[in-house]
Amino acid sequence: MRMRDKFIVSVSPHLHKDESVSKIMWMVVLSLIPAGAAGVFIFGREALGVIILSIVCALVTELFLQVLTKRKVTVLDGSAFLTGLLLAYNLPAHVPFWIPIIGSFFAIAIGKQVFGGLGQNIFNPALVGRVFLVASWPKYMTIFTKPLTPPLCTGAGLNYDAVTSATPLALLKEGKILENVSYLNLFLGKRGGCIGEVCILALLIGAAFLFFKRYVSWHIPITYILTVGVFTYIFGPQGLFSGDWLFHILSGGLILGAFFMATDYVTSPLTYKGQIIFGLGCGLLTAIIRLWGGYPEGVSYAILMMNGASPIIDRYTKNRIYGTK
Amino acid sequence: MRQFVREFIRGIFKENPTFVLVLGLCPTLAVSISLINGIGMGIAATFVLLGSNIIISLIRNFVPDRIRIPCFIVVIATFVTITEMTMKAYSPALNRALGIYVPLIVVNCIVLGRAEAYAQKNTVINSLFDGLGMGLGFIWALLLISAIREFLGAGKLLGYTLIKGFEPAFVLGMPSGALLVIGLLLGFFNLLKNRKA
Repeated sequence: MRMRDKFIVSVSPHLHKDESVSKIMWMVVLSLIPAGAAGVFIFGREALGVIILSIVCALVTELFLQVLTKRKVTVLDGSAFLTGLLLAYNLPAHVPFWIPIIGSFFAIAIGKQVFGGLGQNIFNPALVGRVFLVASWPKYMTIFTKPLTPPLCTGAGLNYDAVTSATPLALLKEGKILENVSYLNLFLGKRGGCIGEVCILALLIGAAFLFFKRYVSWHIPITYILTVGVFTYIFGPQGLFSGDWLFHILSGGLILGAFFMATDYVTSPLTYKGQIIFGLGCGLLTAIIRLWGGYPEGVSYAILMMNGASPIIDRYTKNRIYGTK
Repeated sequence: MRQFVREFIRGIFKENPTFVLVLGLCPTLAVSISLINGIGMGIAATFVLLGSNIIISLIRNFVPDRIRIPCFIVVIATFVTITEMTMKAYSPALNRALGIYVPLIVVNCIVLGRAEAYAQKNTVINSLFDGLGMGLGFIWALLLISAIREFLGAGKLLGYTLIKGFEPAFVLGMPSGALLVIGLLLGFFNLLKNRKA
């Protein structure tokens, strides 16, 4: 860096803020720890292995690509760590070991570094990785571990029937009756699902921390969740205004997606007005995919689609420059 | 002689229809799902390109300028019909696999593009070498893309399983996978070009 680039010349007053991209990233990581701990508790040791593999591979990929393309090495700024962590939270606990490795390689390489690194990517890297895995190896990505079962390894590998279960949303899509899925179980995470999405309580603790520290504003997550709730309530199974809105809010990856992935600074709109539009769009798409789409869950696709729309949203929701009409 | 070689080589690397001119992506995306489809499509398109280039450069001096595109299309469509009938007669399986994309060679932008940009302004021999070079460029691009997609997307090459226990990534067999592979290859070739320059 040349000497004159170190000095930022601008008009006073100058305020200093003790925040940096790196610090915010590590704070988000910190806020995600409760959800991960709950996931490991619910699904067993394998979940921890998946999380660690995913993070390590994300870091190695970032380092490798930055050295290869002779860019500044910023492995420890927390963004690659966060991508790996979020990707692992979007995986079932019993995936083969190479699924998180390929997923986080894809997330960092194609989702982020191809566009030029942090701040340049159009789509949320962790979700790019997840969608690639779902489209490539659906058979591993749709088998979910039964919650709170002791580790069952019967000689020649896992007995899948004994330890797996479908997610409540998948059961709903198949038209099956939902047994022992109470709101309390959904809230505490006693259900089939991905590692980081099941325990709503832990996710809300992390989200409360982010709100408290003002790293995340309410605009995207609250409009997102409310839209899904209202929409699924209106278009219920027994005619209008009969939907089970609380079930739809508590199941699937909605809470994880709304608080931790839709709010990604890089891929969401800049202004509050834009963020509300973004949240509304995510909510509508999620509800439409869940109610009438081919997949049981639509959070990742909804967020990715709205990521693609956020440059347009930004263009039409520019703040008025002070002193102009 | 040297000039012919230059016309021929140009289509293969410097002005490769797929990776440099980025023409004819529609059949490339749709057909490159397996190596055998890629070969079939490449040869069919090359035949049409060669034939139409020769005929169009033969008739270039007495086709009125205003109706040149319809005239070119008639010539191209003739060759496409010949290709399709031959394919139906001798390899119906390939014809079924390629489906609508064989008749759609009529609107392949490589064929019309070369007719418009090259054959209508150049001599017959030059146009012949240009068509051959462009065709070969299209073939090797298709071969590369379809080999990658068949290997990673289905775990096979030419229908044979190569590695036992290899778990193919289905997404590469889908159109989104084709876009991904083409995008990465385009980036790679641009990187090579920039490094040379």
